[in-house]
Amino acid sequence: MGRVVVDVMPKPEILDPQGKAVAGALPRLGFAQFTSVRQGKRFELEVEGPVTDEVLAAARAAGEQVLSNPVIEDVVAVYEDEVSA
Amino acid sequence: MTRVGVVTFPGTLDDRDAARAVRLAGAEAVPLWHADADLHGVDAVVLPGGFSYGDYLRAGAISRFAPVMGEIVDAAGKGLPVLGICNGFQVLTEAHLLPGSMIKNDHLHFICREQVLSVQNVDTAWTRDYTLGEKITIPLKNQDGQYVADERTLDELEGEGRVVFRYEGWNPNGSRRGIAGITNAAGNVVGLMPHPEHAVEAGFGPDGPKGPRTGTDGLRFFTSVLHALVG
Repeated sequence: MGRVVVDVMPKPEILDPQGKAVAGALPRLGFAQFTSVRQGKRFELEVEGPVTDEVLAAARAAGEQVLSNPVIEDVVAVYEDEVSA
Repeated sequence: MTRVGVVTFPGTLDDRDAARAVRLAGAEAVPLWHADADLHGVDAVVLPGGFSYGDYLRAGAISRFAPVMGEIVDAAGKGLPVLGICNGFQVLTEAHLLPGSMIKNDHLHFICREQVLSVQNVDTAWTRDYTLGEKITIPLKNQDGQYVADERTLDELEGEGRVVFRYEGWNPNGSRRGIAGITNAAGNVVGLMPHPEHAVEAGFGPDGPKGPRTGTDGLRFFTSVLHALVG
């Protein structure tokens, strides 16, 4: 069994209200060194066999067509999860 | 009698209210199920509010792939009037029938209030019974109601008169340029965040000039489409 990770993040120019709220909470909890937080989504897609180039291409296509909305989000990474490989 | 379809996805909440609004306007409300592969010959469609498929993935994202949406996208392209309210508006953007997208409200809170809107376009299938610049009051309730699009798209919407409603007095979600509702280029597809179907009958809607709960400003959405279909 193989696993592919697809990371989706809000576009840089889109205000990320959730990240902003977290960024506001961190210093209150003693984590004063972080100046900005952005919150995204991690998808883990599993396949029966090994993670081939075709599987990665399909995962990228799924990321761009379904898992993200290109108006507000970018697929920032598509990679095999080495831990499960 | 004019037949207006009201779609129910798993997680839709306001389908009964939308159907009631359709009936009060004088049309027949036809229930449409998310798995329906045909539109049962309806003359117009309402996508009501709620949390379709739990809003998992993104608001409205999974609904876009429902069988009934394939039919609606095709029919909308041929001129079928389609109104998306709240989650229905989110579904219309995910289905690319309307541009832009909705993200979490800028203040991060769910919001529920009686909202004043100004009517910016009375040439759509759903707004012809209003007057330009009119102020209407209808309920607003949402969590992901902040309308966003890139500057070029916003300029295009403004330039083509496709901003149909703007928030009046206060922008409750942080939406770009105070946009509460937009239309497609043909004017048959309209989406808005506030809920006209909750302001269609005295006794059950927002406060109005005649007293508490007398506001019925939402009813003309539904009479508009009847007149558009007849005319």
